[in-house]
Amino acid sequence: MPVPNDTNPKLAAYAHPQSLVTTEWLAEHLGDPGLVVVESDEDVLLYETGHIPGSVKVDWHTELNDPVTRDYVDGPRFAEICSERGISRDSTVVFYGDKNNWWATYALWVFSLFGHRDVRILDGGRTKWVAEDREMTREASTPTPAEYPVVERDDTRIRAFRDDVLNHIGRPMVDVRSPGEYTGELLHMPDYPQEGAVRGGHIPGAASVPWARAAAEDGTFKSREELEAIYQGEQGLNPSDPVVAYCRIGERSSHTWFVLTHLLGFGNVRNYDGSWTEWGNSVRVPIATGPER
Amino acid sequence: MSELPPKLAELVDEFAQVGVKDRLQLLLELSEELPPLPARYDGHRDEMEQVHECQTPLFLAVEVDDAERVHLFFDAPPEAPTTRGFASIMYNGLDGESAHTVLAVPNDFYTALGLGQAVSPLRLRGMVAMLSRIKNQVRDGIRDGS
Repeated sequence: MPVPNDTNPKLAAYAHPQSLVTTEWLAEHLGDPGLVVVESDEDVLLYETGHIPGSVKVDWHTELNDPVTRDYVDGPRFAEICSERGISRDSTVVFYGDKNNWWATYALWVFSLFGHRDVRILDGGRTKWVAEDREMTREASTPTPAEYPVVERDDTRIRAFRDDVLNHIGRPMVDVRSPGEYTGELLHMPDYPQEGAVRGGHIPGAASVPWARAAAEDGTFKSREELEAIYQGEQGLNPSDPVVAYCRIGERSSHTWFVLTHLLGFGNVRNYDGSWTEWGNSVRVPIATGPER
Repeated sequence: MSELPPKLAELVDEFAQVGVKDRLQLLLELSEELPPLPARYDGHRDEMEQVHECQTPLFLAVEVDDAERVHLFFDAPPEAPTTRGFASIMYNGLDGESAHTVLAVPNDFYTALGLGQAVSPLRLRGMVAMLSRIKNQVRDGIRDGS
């Protein structure tokens, strides 16, 4: 039996309302057959300190990345990750996490590379769930392993590589990092570790639209109208435009990728996961510094 | 690792003896044992140093007493258990040691904890920074006191 969509009116206004659920909806549907809740955090231990009952953990650094090559895991490993967590190909997977759902949207994006169809984000993430004093547990979840087929990852539709980005210069590109990183003053997020880019600045032609502009005070996504005003109004992007989004390692740009693709219905948005840690270290790629294009 | 102070060496051994999953569990337990700030620092972040290299804000204060013993104070939010765990390793391993001993801890001691695989190397950078900032403050503390 398919898991129903959340019919909340705020969500109904988005291009793909089925891609989000509210905390109320999740509280009501926890335990529904066919639903798996996945927590994905920046902090690798946060899940262990308490999580939504029955949820499972997927860690980006240690699980979704290939341990040797800078790339995501392959089809066989992805199938193992899913089946161990009780996820089958037709499961509804709801992702939530810390830090405004950065890693949750990242995990959702990786699941999308493998073509997992029913993926959703908990609007407001872990912070909202906790702020509403909803149930958390430290009890380990014991999912029944599921069958997950080995699916080849499709890197052509929603993922951009360095050479794709080089060819894309001149077309719409969104740099979602902080203003200081964009201008080249900073090589990393304020208050975050320096991740070793030897040059600062942005990809020529990229517009600066920090990811946080899409987030409301409580960590939920802004309304469709507000989002349209930013991306379509102010930035002049069109839902039919091919757009590349990037940040530092691809996590904040997953948030923007989700906004453009699922909330505003853009049909051709690619996340450049190499992002600044690749571009800022690449020999002879063009870089622009200073404010705005 | 003969140059490590005994409590830190003991911690390193504990980590080294268990598998990857249990190392995370150990780090979680340590994160819960990090003592709260004493009143003189509580609410006084301006008197502490921020460790910017950690993924989540971590504040640190180091005191060197008249006997040149080092005392460490950390402040990190409960939503940052990994950072708290790293701080707790420093606290449990180094608090109360002599300034000389703390300065002699090899900067790469953390590699022996075997956490690279458990938490990812990227996340370990905060630990390196924490130790180097502790050492800087210890050096300043000795200078001020002499």
